Order: sequence, then C-alpha cells, then structure tokens
Amino acid sequence: MKKNVIEVKNLEKYYEISRGLFSRDKGVVKAVDDISFEIPQGESLGLVGQSGCGKTTTARSLCLLDPKTNGDVKFLNPESQELESIDDLDDDELKKFRRNIQMIFQDPYESLNPRWTIKDIILEPLNIHNIGNLSEREEAVKEILTTVGLTPPENYMPRYPHELSGGQRQRVSIARTLIMKPKFVVCDEPTSMLDVSIRISIMDLMLNLAKDLDISYLYITHDLAVARYMCNRIAVMFNGKIVEIAETEELLKNPVHPYTKRLISSIPVPDPKYKRTEYELNFNELDEIISNNPDKTMVDIGGEHFIATHDVKDILY
Amino acid sequence: MSNNLKEQEELQKQLRKDALRKNWKLFSQSKLGMIGLYIVAFFLFLALLQPFLFITGIWNPAIYDPVVGYDQIKAELLVIECPKEYPTEKYESYSDCPGPGEVNIKKLYMAPDLKVGEYYDTFIQPAPPSKTHLLGTDSLGRDVFSQIMEGSQVAFVLGLLSATLGVGISTILGTIAAFFGGRVDAYLMRQSDLILMLPSLPLLFIISAFAELKVWHLAVVLGVLGGLGGSVITIKSQALQVKVKPYVDSARITGGSKWQILFQHILPNVAPLALLFMVFSVTGAIASESVLSFLGLLNIDMSWGIMIYLSQTDGFIFSGLDFWWLILPAGLAVTFLAGGFYLVGRGLDEVFNPRLRKR
Amino acid sequence: MGKEVLVVDKLNMHYETLDGPVAAVKDVSFVLNEGESFGLVGESGCGKTSVAMSLLQLQADNAKISSGSIKLEGKELVGMTENELRTVRWDGISIVFQGAMNAWNPVAKIGEQIREAIREHRPDNTKQENTQKIEELFNIVGLDNSIMDRYPHELSGGMKQRAIIALALSCDPKVVIADEPTTALDVVIQDQILKELKKVQNLLGLSLIYISHDIAVIAEMTDNMAVMYAGSVVEMGPTANIFNKPKHAYTRLLLESTPSVVGKRKKLRSLDGEPPSLINENKGCSFSPRCPEPSKECKNQELDMKLVEISKGHWADLCCVSCG
Repeated sequence: MKKNVIEVKNLEKYYEISRGLFSRDKGVVKAVDDISFEIPQGESLGLVGQSGCGKTTTARSLCLLDPKTNGDVKFLNPESQELESIDDLDDDELKKFRRNIQMIFQDPYESLNPRWTIKDIILEPLNIHNIGNLSEREEAVKEILTTVGLTPPENYMPRYPHELSGGQRQRVSIARTLIMKPKFVVCDEPTSMLDVSIRISIMDLMLNLAKDLDISYLYITHDLAVARYMCNRIAVMFNGKIVEIAETEELLKNPVHPYTKRLISSIPVPDPKYKRTEYELNFNELDEIISNNPDKTMVDIGGEHFIATHDVKDILY
Repeated sequence: MSNNLKEQEELQKQLRKDALRKNWKLFSQSKLGMIGLYIVAFFLFLALLQPFLFITGIWNPAIYDPVVGYDQIKAELLVIECPKEYPTEKYESYSDCPGPGEVNIKKLYMAPDLKVGEYYDTFIQPAPPSKTHLLGTDSLGRDVFSQIMEGSQVAFVLGLLSATLGVGISTILGTIAAFFGGRVDAYLMRQSDLILMLPSLPLLFIISAFAELKVWHLAVVLGVLGGLGGSVITIKSQALQVKVKPYVDSARITGGSKWQILFQHILPNVAPLALLFMVFSVTGAIASESVLSFLGLLNIDMSWGIMIYLSQTDGFIFSGLDFWWLILPAGLAVTFLAGGFYLVGRGLDEVFNPRLRKR
Repeated sequence: MGKEVLVVDKLNMHYETLDGPVAAVKDVSFVLNEGESFGLVGESGCGKTSVAMSLLQLQADNAKISSGSIKLEGKELVGMTENELRTVRWDGISIVFQGAMNAWNPVAKIGEQIREAIREHRPDNTKQENTQKIEELFNIVGLDNSIMDRYPHELSGGMKQRAIIALALSCDPKVVIADEPTTALDVVIQDQILKELKKVQNLLGLSLIYISHDIAVIAEMTDNMAVMYAGSVVEMGPTANIFNKPKHAYTRLLLESTPSVVGKRKKLRSLDGEPPSLINENKGCSFSPRCPEPSKECKNQELDMKLVEISKGHWADLCCVSCG
C-alpha cells in the first residue's frame, strides 16, 4: 500500500459577506464545504467542476495562500516519511515546509514577474530558502530548464517572460515549481489558456515528470477530457462539495451522481458522427442511496467509487 | 562555466539594448513626446551653456552675471524741440514727439548747455535686445539672456529634486498601503485625503511667512506635499493590482517573506507608473516656483519667477509690449519648460501604458 | 443546397505594425450557403478573428485589406463607405463576440438595449412592434420575457450570452458570425448555448459562421469547415469528410491532439514548435517547419500554396496533397 502524499479531512472555507452598507449582520458563503480526499504517492487526482464551485478556493487553502476555516490537512514530510498536520507547525517549520507544496497557475502571462529574467524567476525558491551556493544554483537552473525542454538553457536564462511564447512560459512555471523537488504539486488549469497544439506537449511534459520524479498532482480543471488524460482518479465538485470520486475510467463509464452525468453529457466530442445523449438533471435518482445511508456523507458503491449523500436539492442555492 | 557566464552576460546586455531600442522606437513615434523632449533638451542646453560661457571667458562675469553683472548701453539722442501745435510736417499728433532716437529739449533741464540739433549721450536701462545682449538688459543693466539661463538651472534643480523626492515618498507609502492594508492603509489614505484637501499655495504662503525659503527648501516642501497627496492613492491602486498577480502568490507559496515580496515583486512593477508621475510632477513644481517667486515669497537670487516679479515691481508689466524682453522670455520659458515636461510624460505614457500603444 | 449568401474571394489583410506589415489573412476564399453552418478552426493568431472582422469591415485602424472581395448576396463589402456599411452590419451580418456577454451596458435594462439596436435599423417600427419582436427572440433563445426588464448584473453568464444571441438576431440578419461565443463559459452552459444556437439556426434558416479553437465544438456545430494556419486556409470541406479523412498534416495533428471523454483513452500527439511569424512574407508550406513528416517538396520555398480539390467539395493545400 502506497503512502498518501496528502490527506484532506473535512476541509471548509467560508467567506463572510456583509449584507448592505450599514447592516451589521454578516452572511457566510460556503466556498468549500466539508470536503475530504487523499492522494497516494505518484498518483494524480483531478478536481473537476464548473467555475465558482470552489475548485480554486480548495487549491488556495491547500497551498496556505488563504487560511482555511475548518478541517485537517496532512502532508507527507519527505524527510521523516510521516504525515504531518500543518496546524501543528510553528513559523520556521512552516517556512521549511512550504518547499514541499508548489502550485502551477492558469495564466502563463501573469504568473511570471515581467521585470525578472527567467533565471531569476527559477532561482527565486532557492534564494528564499538559501539552498546551495551561487554556482550550484546556476547549475540547478540549467538542469531544470533542460528537463522541461527549454534547451539550450543559456539561451533562455537571460530573457524576460514577454520574449517567450505562452507554451514556453508555462514550461518556465513548471521549472520554477520543480526546482524545489516537491512531491505534491497543485495545478490550477495550467493548460486552459494555451492553444490546442501546445496544450498536449505541456500535459505530456507534466505526465513524464510525474512518472520520472514521482510527483503527485492535484489537477484542477473544468474539462473532463483533460482530467481524463492527466489523472488516475477524478473528484467532481459541485457548489463547494465533492459529489463523486472514482477511478477516471470508472467515473466516465458509470457515473452515478446526476451532476456528474450532466457534466459528462455536456462535453462536446470531436467526432461529427457521435451523437451525445441528452441528460437533464434529476436528483431523485439519488433518493435510494441517501435513504439507505442516513448517517454517512460519502458512500462507497464498490471499487472505491464514492458518492456524496448530501441532499443535493439543498446545495443548489 | 566562466565562459558561459560571460556569454550569458553579453546576451543579457544585448537583450537590454534591444528592449531599450524598442522602447525608444515607441517613444519616438509619439510626436507630442518628441516635441516635449526637444523643448526640455533645449532648456537643458541653455542651463549648461551659461557656466561654459563663463569658464571659457567668452562672457565676462562682471557684465553678464545674472545677479551682479552690469552693462551700460549708450544711446545717442538727437535733441529737438517739440512743436506746440499739431499736425506738422514731421509729427502727426502730440504723442509722436519725440520720435525714435530723439529727445525733447524741455526734458533736459539737467543739461542746460545742449542745443537743438546736437546729440545727447545717455545710458538706457532697460535696454532693448542688441548684438551684445541678445535679449536686452533689465532695469538694473543685467543681461536678460543670462538670467534666463540661470532660471533654467534653477527650474531643473527644483523640478527634478522635488519630483524625485515626492515620487519616492508616494511610491513607498502607496506600496506599503496596498501591501499591508488594514490600519496602515486607512491611516495613509486619510493622510492623503487631508493633504489633498489643503490648498497648497496658501499653505506655501504661510510657510514662507515663517521661514525663509531657498530653492532646495521649496523643493523639499513641494516634494513632501506632492508625495503625501493624491499620488499615494494612484500608486496604491496600481500596487493593489500587482499584489494579486499569480507571481506574487507563487512567491508566497514558496515562503517568501513580506519584505522580499514588497521589494522584489511589487515595487519594480509599480516603478514605471511612478516614473510617469515624476515627469508630470516636474511641471507642477516649476509652475509653483514661478508663482511664489512672482509674489516675492522666495529667497532666491534669480529665477524666471523673480524676473517677472522684478519687471512687475518696476512697473514694466503694465507698459504693454514696449518692454517685452523683460516679461515675455521669462513667461514663455516657464510655459514651455513646464509644458515640455508634460509632453515628455505623455510620450512615456504611450511607452508604459499598453492600452495606448498602437501595436 | 441553398443559394450562396456570402462569397469571400482571395481576401488578403495585413496589420501595419512597428516591426513591419503582419499578414494576418492570406488568400482566404470560401462560400457560405443559405442555412449552412461553416466552421473556422485554428490556433490563436492564425487569423480566424481577423477574417470575422474583415467580413463586418470592423477591422482595427492599422489593418488594411490589400486585395480580395467579400460579397454579401452579390453586394461588394470591401470599399463600402461607413454609411453603407451601417445598413449591412446587423441587418446583413451580425456577430456574437467572445465574452460579448460582458459588453452589456450595466446601467440600462436588457430589453431597452435590444430595442435601441432595433430602433437604429428599423426607425419606423412602433414600440409595440419592437417589444413583440424581442419577446419573439427571447422565446427562440429560451429566455423568459421578464428578462427584458432586468439589468445585466441580475443575469447569469449563460443568460447574458443568450440575450446577446437575441441581440444579434434582432434585425433578422442573413449571416451570424459566432466568434468563440462559449470560450469564457462553463462546459454545462456552453452545452446549452450551443444547443440554442443550433436550434435558432435551424428555425430561422440562418447561415452561421462558427469560429473556434476547439475542434470538438466545430465537429458538433458545423456542416462545412475550414482549417486555418498562419493566415491561410490549409484545408476546407464538409466537416464529416475532414474528420474522416484529414488530408493536411496540420488537420491530422489537430484531430489527434484533442482529448475526448468517449472512446478509448489514447496517447495524444503533441505538436512541437511555434506558429511562424507572419511578418516575413514566406512562400512555400508555412507548416513544414513543424510538420512531423515533411517531404522534400514541402521545403521547396518557391512552391505556390494553393488549394486543390481532392474530392467533391474537399480542398487541401498543394503541399499535403502531393506528399500524402
């Protein structure tokens, strides 16, 4: 049994909103509402859902960008090979700990500082954590640039981001992420802004890196077809909750939750002869599962295929 | 390895040069910006030319010094007697006599020996432009052209000093307000509101009433007032945009400290806007100086404002264009240099502001 | 087969930039029949939006149409004055932009804004008639009549985009251009909008030009399609034919690089390299530097690329016809 690189239990992230200018009572938006999942070493989980369903909020909470409201997040410490909860760490340990979490952003045009050279951008994590001497750092940058396919590295190091194309920039982002040799990377739609022709080469690069360096991804996307290509398992998110988790092929072939069915049926297929089946949301299909499992939130219907038993009518605003 | 580094450095230099050239190309496409640049360059040339003329001895400081120089311009006037009744053959009306180059004998009661038809030598102050004094002399016999040159030195020193100071302050405060938010932000914003509300000229009057203001005092006062005022708010809004960029998030995820993020990510990306502000605020500083000098509130030996002030106190400002060389050169210099910096700002705007770019 | 509505012939358009002219559209020709839907597909920067803008004569200030003609029902659009064009736009051709849903004026009601557009083009209509027309349009795109009195911020993205489609249809155009109308939307909403567009097109017998980078959407939406690369059309023909027997290497790669949720999970092919710079006038096959199996012919810089008919209505450019 492989160890998990990350275990998330009952993660919640609420935002307070004030109602009106002078009103004192505050409302709460449950952006992420009680979600749990784990990712085994070397495997990737796709987090799929419509925009506004809480995918990105989940990612930001996991990367400690925004503090979570509730819940327990445990990461695998690569040194001790133990799962550690981030709540137990003090400031210094936290800073050291941040080496193990990295994130790749959606927009390659905004995720690199326009005033820095590629070399400085990739060096930044090493500088922050003060790892190695100058020539070692330089060597590391060269090595990582070669790994992500930007060769010869000398050619790219002194350049500025605006001199590179979108695909090349996303490669630089990946290089910057990998220089700390993380075991877990959060990817927030890293290919959605790229052109079709470049998209696949970036996805292939990420897949190969995952295999070679034993990296696990939490891959966030709205596109099930992309998630299918990238991930071993897929979690479908809807209004802040995970409604279904299963192995990728299992989820696509035998979707159980009505929302998953709706999502799958709405994806265009690149084949003019293929006719998609129309599916209208019908939450009553779940009634049986819900009534059979009154006190569970997620039910395993076999083969690690989990269905949420929230009364979905409640989470439809 | 070292070879590689050298090559990289050279490539980097090359790339920088290319970037500079491209920006220059963009700037040079803006006609307004180029006109502004020519104007500014012209005044800079004037400012630098004066010391050069003194050092090389082309100009004698005793004559051409803008403050203590003195030159006598002699003029020979034909002594005549104005007729009692008009029109005559020579003069159409009463106001035509004496004509140019003439003097009425009745006015020469100090020189009783002179007769009509003789010549009378006199010193004229202020003297109109001539070959030795391109823009004439003022009422104290000082060279106006030299004063204009001196004034342009003052304008450059004052404008650039106060703009640098002001923009330095507002950049740092604006970035801090955006980055830390909360109480720091609230305090800085209220402070800006307060400074914005204060009418700056009356305030300067009061300050100059209590303290003697020299050029660099004024530069500091203008810089601080400008730096704490509205530009903090503008810089803050820019910094807020930079703060939420993914590369800032990415530095935070990696564990970068607040100061690292502030100085390495946010400040450099606010800098172009700050530079733009600086160029625009030079305009304001030059104009303020002129107004204060004109009102006689500054302790400065010579500046464009002082020149206009002197011509006003000596009563030449209401004499129409008869003594134009006392008023027009200084007035135009203020207008043109202030406008020139503004136009340069407009040109820079087109370089920095991608929305204004024509691809 | 309906009659020809829009005929584009050898259209050439370039942008004047600091670095020199950028040839954005090179010798593009196609015919749009009545009631047909025509897809334009390609990567960003391949010129598909430039084509759309030229059709409406809405191109940017620095864009110049150097040659070619665009005929809408026999009327030549290139060289028309602004006044003449005003009657063609919206009446003849209308457009749904990418992200157009964000173009609503936030302080005016949706219905009022559509009414405004109709008033501009049909000044004689009474208010009653206009309201009736809008109700009709809303009915077609699946919006409730009460939406008319709502402000844009009260609607969801999908509803706003539907209202945009209603706006585009408001003057009974013959041709509607949809330029990536669903790119900023979610898959579920995209699905609804696509269905709506299809329904509207069939109902009104519109001719539709559908522009997208997503070949899966093109597959569902269009009868005929053209693949654009570096400003020129490299393959054109019935959609089913192109998906069945792609002739051009670029089309093949596009098809093989699109992931799908149905069928077997297969290794996708990636396309290396970058599209060529359009600044330099390059002859020969513009795709050959990225082509996985270029023949000798492809490298021939003197070769004049023109489309060759390989089967009825299916055209591909010379280079790929000769090599495979």
